[in-house]
Amino acid sequence: MVPTRVSLFVTCIVDQLFPNVGIAVADVLERLGYDVHFPEDQTCCGQPAFNSGYREEARKVAAHFLRVFEKADHIVVPSGSCTSMAGHHFADLYEDDPAMLDRIHHFESRVHEFSSFLTDIAKVDDVGAFFPHTVTYHDSCHALRELGIKKGPRALLDRVEGLTLKEMDAAQECCGFGGTFSVKFAEVSGGMAGAKIESILRTGASHVVSIDSSCLMQLQGALARRAVPVRTIHLAEVLAQTKPS
Amino acid sequence: MSSASREIMLGGIRAALGRTSGQAVAPVPPPRIHVPEVSLDERVRQFSQAFEKLNGKPYAAQSPDDARAYVARLLQGKSAVASGAPFLVECGIANLPGVEAPGDDRAVLRELCATRDIGITSADYALADTGSLVMISSRQEARLVSLLPPCHVAVVPRDRLLTGLDELLTILPKPAGLSSSMVLITGPSRTADIEQILVRGVHGPGEIHVVLV
Amino acid sequence: MKLIPVEEIHEALANPRLQTAIYDSTARLMEKRRVAIGPVPDFEAYRDQANAIKRHTIEHLDHYLEQLEANVTANGGKVVWCRNAEEAASFVRGLCRDNGVRRIVKSKSMTTEEIELNHEVEKDGIDVVETDLGEYILQLAHERPYHIVAPALHKTRYDVADIFTEKLGVEREEVIEKQTMIARRVLREKFLTAGLGITGANFLIADSGAVVIVENEGNARLSSSAPRIQIAVAGFEKVIPRAQDLATFLKILGRSATGQPLTVYTSFLSGPRRPGEIDGPEEFYLLLLDNGRTKVLADPEKRQSLYCIRCGACLNHCPVYRKIGGHNYPWVYSGPIGAILSPQFHGVHQDPWLPFASSLCGACGEVCPVKIEIPKILLSLRASVVDMKRDRPEGQYERIAFSLYARVMSRPWLYRLATRAASLLFPGERGRWVTSAPALLRDSPLGQWLSQRDLPPPAAKPFRTLWRERQAAARKASQKGAR
Repeated sequence: MVPTRVSLFVTCIVDQLFPNVGIAVADVLERLGYDVHFPEDQTCCGQPAFNSGYREEARKVAAHFLRVFEKADHIVVPSGSCTSMAGHHFADLYEDDPAMLDRIHHFESRVHEFSSFLTDIAKVDDVGAFFPHTVTYHDSCHALRELGIKKGPRALLDRVEGLTLKEMDAAQECCGFGGTFSVKFAEVSGGMAGAKIESILRTGASHVVSIDSSCLMQLQGALARRAVPVRTIHLAEVLAQTKPS
Repeated sequence: MSSASREIMLGGIRAALGRTSGQAVAPVPPPRIHVPEVSLDERVRQFSQAFEKLNGKPYAAQSPDDARAYVARLLQGKSAVASGAPFLVECGIANLPGVEAPGDDRAVLRELCATRDIGITSADYALADTGSLVMISSRQEARLVSLLPPCHVAVVPRDRLLTGLDELLTILPKPAGLSSSMVLITGPSRTADIEQILVRGVHGPGEIHVVLV
Repeated sequence: MKLIPVEEIHEALANPRLQTAIYDSTARLMEKRRVAIGPVPDFEAYRDQANAIKRHTIEHLDHYLEQLEANVTANGGKVVWCRNAEEAASFVRGLCRDNGVRRIVKSKSMTTEEIELNHEVEKDGIDVVETDLGEYILQLAHERPYHIVAPALHKTRYDVADIFTEKLGVEREEVIEKQTMIARRVLREKFLTAGLGITGANFLIADSGAVVIVENEGNARLSSSAPRIQIAVAGFEKVIPRAQDLATFLKILGRSATGQPLTVYTSFLSGPRRPGEIDGPEEFYLLLLDNGRTKVLADPEKRQSLYCIRCGACLNHCPVYRKIGGHNYPWVYSGPIGAILSPQFHGVHQDPWLPFASSLCGACGEVCPVKIEIPKILLSLRASVVDMKRDRPEGQYERIAFSLYARVMSRPWLYRLATRAASLLFPGERGRWVTSAPALLRDSPLGQWLSQRDLPPPAAKPFRTLWRERQAAARKASQKGAR
């Protein structure tokens, strides 16, 4: 049987700051028998510009994204936020352009956030991972509220050998990142991270898991600033780890 | 001022919506209304439960005499003002010792309501699922009797117990047709304006008794 | 054009007592809502219905307003159309003059706060008394509401003790129950001596001409029943077609606001007292206010902002509101709904920072009982701000930055070049998170980020490099295997 081909959009933040997340995604997908591709011309999804009100600029980036990925069968993205941008908001950008809108609608359903690709397309929850730690899961806002991702990542974590999942009371509260919000309203953003960290600490977990590297960058930065020994980790990195043989 | 403003405002609204004066209106979505079948005994049970949860004091009277005796016990050592509701007369409550009736005099009504301990009324309906009283202002029921005294006692025939808001709005699709005022009373007056801490009796009655007869 | 009120926001964040007050109160309100909607399995269907009714009414607003007016008139009341705050105030002042009114009792109304009615009417020496407990506390303290539903949310019992002692001359009292009874006593006398009562309105029923007011204290009932004249003040978007629509709206309003299936009092008021009725006002006015609403109506995408039923749920669930509090929003409407209403009423130029005061987490839209797409409207307003600034010098650095961003991100070769350059220019130690910014860059985005948290350095090798190495290794391994 010919393995199913998936195209990776690793996101610019993973490409530049957290490349190991991308490698982890590839490892998990290959372990499940997928043929993983990385289109080299990929850049960003355009969300920073879109969320800041620069629609013209966002359109240029979105159009490039579309050119790179529109022929792909499955596009897997290790971020709820970027998935939502490509899968939902590209259409908002091209409301008045029927031709583009048509292309976008043809491609939207093939953009998958990593965890939901595993649970909904690959239909697995046990990927043979081993991670002997107590973790807590942070619901990233766009994944939760725009993509409705809530149970999938928890189901995946549940099947990781050695892992204990302890829910935090503020799991669904924003970490405070919000793109340029984090620098325009730095103190508010920092305060939100602080509230989140208090909730994390109440669980006693050693790791915070999320499916968005941007949230984890915010939280890891704030944890480090407070010298709190809790680590952040992307779901893909948890799932990529296997029991040493 | 007003008539010129009226034309300008309506004109502006039409321009904003791209409508013309008198243009037809698309059909309004049907109301989402559902009246369940609930037996009278079950309605009484629901009402008592909901009303008690609101810190109200329900009492299921076996007869008008029983209702009268219950109210007489509440009255001990206290003053009261009663509305002109015929049901209060029927139950013999209007002429209990200590109960005054203002009649049609507005000034007397205000004076009594402002100074008496208990206001006694009937109610036009009660709502089982939320534990509410429905009071329609009329010649017999003044607004202030259920509002000014610190304690409100309502004596209501149990067959006026509806399943809930949906049934009330089915019976009275145009509440304004009957009276200048209809009010749903759902428990004692309350506030949580300081630190979200609940306090009863801030402006209206802090204590409510409902006697279902 | 005002800038972000950084100092004021800092003050709120740096005040632990205030932070606790906001955080605890909103947490309680969120919990009450959660518990209240739990037993309503078709709550979502009610939200959809509420949205559909509001949409229909707003799209045919002229029709329903004319119908409302005809029915209020038939009930013996009078509808007063007011284009703005001045017209509203001048009507109320005239009415007071003509009737010799010296005292007005008011129940809670965000609309009268919006037009600062008290301030105008007080110019004639009239005693205007707020009678909602929270509003009364704020009137004594000379503050505006902190929250749409819980106006004194930021005040603790100790603050109230200070205010009552100073303004009412009563002995210091720190027990909340007793503070409430002090207010009852003082305000009761005001109710009985006022010549005019002013209320707000939660709903206006077009087909029967009734004003619907929901409340818990009884002060709106008193304001509308005790004085000789009643005025209800309402934004014109409050109209709904039928009383039966309340079977939807009342089910979602109380639950979303305070977690109550029904608030204590739901009053249907229609005109002055009828012949034969013993009490109730002799004159009844419904004041319909525009004050900028027509402008909002003109935008088909954003007119849904007018669906708002003022439940306050979006404030309680907003992580930004919960940090900066109500007074750092520029207008009486605070929180997410304020962030979308203010720019539409006043123009995006007045407080261009406001639509950006959100992490776009979406919690507001998720809880809105009438399903206003608040995050979508925020995004649209952000685009309007950027358009407004296109030809202005302010924000030119940001504009240049995003223009560069778009250029780089739509050209892969340039992207690769730029990331290599960024990596070379990176000042810190490879692999270590950055903890502070050079003084020169304190106000830059980099400096702002580092003011709160550490920053990861660019990876020694970006993903694409690791990927190439990984592919090469895999090829080698498979060749070896083949051999």
